[in-house]
Order: sequence, then structure tokens, then C-alpha cells
Amino acid sequence: MVDFGGWDMPVQYSSQIGEHHAVRRAAGVFDVSHMAVLDLRGGRVRQFLQRLLANDVAKLNLPGKALYSCMLNERGGVLDDLIVYFLNDYWYRMVVNAGTRDKDLAWIREQARPYEVEVTERTDLAMLAVQGPEARAKAAQLLPSADGAAALALDTFVGRELGRWFVARTGYTGEDGFEIMMPAADAVAAWRGLNSLGVASCGLGARDTLRLEAGMNLYGNDMDESTQPYESNLGWTVALAPGERDFIGRAALEPIARAGSQRKLVGLLLEERGVLRAHQKVVAAPAGEGEITSGTYSPTLERSIALARVPAATAGQVQVEVRGKPLSARVVRPPFVRAGRSLI
Amino acid sequence: MSNLPADLKYTKSHEWVRTLPDGTVEIGITDHAQHELGDLVFVEVPDAGRVVKADEPCAVVESVKAASDVYAPIAGEITAGNPKLAAEPEAVNADPYGEGWLMRLRPAPGALDAAALLSPAQYQQVLDAEVH
Repeated sequence: MVDFGGWDMPVQYSSQIGEHHAVRRAAGVFDVSHMAVLDLRGGRVRQFLQRLLANDVAKLNLPGKALYSCMLNERGGVLDDLIVYFLNDYWYRMVVNAGTRDKDLAWIREQARPYEVEVTERTDLAMLAVQGPEARAKAAQLLPSADGAAALALDTFVGRELGRWFVARTGYTGEDGFEIMMPAADAVAAWRGLNSLGVASCGLGARDTLRLEAGMNLYGNDMDESTQPYESNLGWTVALAPGERDFIGRAALEPIARAGSQRKLVGLLLEERGVLRAHQKVVAAPAGEGEITSGTYSPTLERSIALARVPAATAGQVQVEVRGKPLSARVVRPPFVRAGRSLI
Repeated sequence: MSNLPADLKYTKSHEWVRTLPDGTVEIGITDHAQHELGDLVFVEVPDAGRVVKADEPCAVVESVKAASDVYAPIAGEITAGNPKLAAEPEAVNADPYGEGWLMRLRPAPGALDAAALLSPAQYQQVLDAEVH
């Protein structure tokens, strides 16, 4: 067990690599109840979110549709990354990281005041992520048949209330699956039900190797308040159009978007034996030096992979200082793995 | 409960030591250590001929979640690193006291007597004192 944002969470239930493969090949379940679920309600909630978030909730044109976004400070630094669901014109739901929960809540409440948006933290909800090629079919069996069919009909990145549960076709593994918010009292029975259907219990360790293979950032490792989206491989989430939408951080980002960022976040593939880890130095001659932000052993590729922040001109081969020795790595564009297949 | 063979000696830093008939010693990490590290994915062992001091880091075991140094429990000269572990680091998880041995060493004169090795019961006390 480890402390994770104030929660006691298991790194692994059985074998971290076994759990990883279960998700890539069949199905696994993660307890992600540590993440904070916030309900935002009010007549001007859409305008509020268009101010609060770097991505534009105007893209959400169907109820249940989800959007991934950064929440920035005025300097363009990333306060958090989150998912926001459009439920109706008066109600959006946001899922934010556990480690940033208190900071996020204070910031969101302060920004919401002029818009008269009510912010409610849903501490009554647990959340299970069921991920893998067989995940949706297994999870749907926990629901009454009509609701199960409705869950299976969900499009990618869409959620829906089904009875007491909110089922969304989202995740953090690079596999298909659901993230299910449910009353906390339902969670143990749901977990056991999934286990009895052959869904493997998975801990934080497998969650980290899966997300890194999928090229997904971890807040606090790969970006934070001192880094902006363009140097975090998150430029695609910044909606500069329409030009009149005045979101927080826009003024700081516009010059960077015009001139190009000095640094970028890239994938690295280690070409020798060893394991890349966060904070190891990357030497990218002649472009300069950088640093690994997340590194691990990839169970799917059976070699080490990493995300690294490096000078913008970095390409091709780099050297990483691993335990005092320079090892060769190749710069690649993440993701490394999606839907069970290597993209390298 | 950890598996602690009675015929081995142990260290506070979770290595085990087996005395071989020719007077050299075989060294590995304990069942407790491999369990705490989780699935090993990379093991680096010393080359034969390297001379090490007691408590000198001389091997590396890395799991998915962490890297850990392995210390020489006894001063001496390395006679072999386990060649199998480059391709099969998971042998340390599967058989920490057998196939998963890390290195063999010829103790320097007097070094075996000077080494502060623990009996199985003493090592068990070290484990019991660790907070979980």
C-alpha cells in the first residue's frame, strides 16, 4: 500500500506485469475513487467553463459528451488536467486529480462566483475503471439488461446515467472500457462481481505502466503549474478558436502558439538494457539538455520507455544518464501502445 | 511469512549468503526483498575479477516500480555474476535462493569472519521490526 494524494492505495494486487497484461489482453478493474467528481450547476455554467478551461466546452453538443482539458493559471501553467462531461444546459460534471483536489476546489469556487455556478463535490460516489478489450462486455453484465445494452451503445468519450450509475466510455490505459461512477455502497459488490466475471483487480503500478505506454501524461510528473500545454504535448487540447473566447491563460499562451514553444514533451525508447526513470538527464546534442518526466519498463514492448521534456529541436538519437552511464534512446512520438498493439 | 532457508546467512539490507564447498560464497536477495520490489525487469551483476569492499554496491535489481542496489555482504573478489539474469530477471522472483542467485565471491582473508552476517532468526527480527 502507498499513500497517493492522501489515499491508501495498492501498487499491485498480485503481479504488476500480470495486471498490465490482463488489461491489454482481456479486462482489469481499477479503484479510482480517489479522483474528485465535481458537479457544476447554474444557468451560466457553459460560459463559466469557457472561461475556466483551455479547451472549449462548445465542442460538447450532445448530452453525455466528454472533453479532456487543461485548467490553466494566468501564466498559462497547468493547474490540472481533467475530464468534463456535458449533462444538460444547467449541469456539467468534472473529474479532477486527487493530488490537486483542494487546490482545484478553491480555484474553481473562486472563479465560479461571478457566474453564480454551484460547485458540489460528489464524495458520495465511488469510481471504478474497467479497461481492456473485454471490459465493456463484462461490465455491462453488472447492469439490468436494458441498461447494459445502453452502456454497450455508448460512443467513445460519452457517458450516461443508467439507474444509480453514471457509465462513461473513457479511460487512462489506451484500451477500450468504462469508467463508472456509483454510490460508494455499490462499489464492493461491483468489484467482486467483476472479479467473478474474470476481470483482474489492478493497482496503481499497472495504471502507471498502461498510461505511459498509451502516451498519456500524469499530472505532477509530466506537467504542472510551471509548464504550459505546448511543452507538455497537450497543444491539441488548447482551443484558441474562436479568438474572442477569453479563457484563463490565453494571453500567456498566444505568443507561444505564434512563436513556437522552446521545449517539447517527447517519447523515448531505450535501445539498451536498463530502465528509464523520472528526473534522469537527457543529452540531445546539439539541441541541448532535457529531463525525463516519467519512465518505466513497458511490459508490452519488453523494453524501457519514457516521456521527456527536451529542447524543441531534439530529434533522432539522444543519450540518457542512467545510474551514471550514458545509454542510447530514440525519440518517438507517443503513444507507444494503443488497443493492445505496438505503435513503435 | 517470508521463506528463510536455515542453511543461509543474511544481512540487514536483505541479501543472503551461502557458503559453497570450495570456500567461495553465493549471494542473492531474500524472498522478502524480491516480494517488496515486485516483478523484476532488469538485473545488473558484477563481472568476475572485480574486487569489492564490504557494503559496496555491486549489483542492481530493478523492478517495474523501483531500482535497488545490492551490497557486497563480504569483502572479496567476484568469481561469477549469474549470466542467466540478463535475459531472465524474473528468475529472482521465481527462485530467489536458487536459480535467482546474483553473484559468487571469494572472500578476502578473514573477511567472512569479520562480516556482520545474521542468522535466520536474527534476520526474522529485522523483518518483524519493519513497519508495513
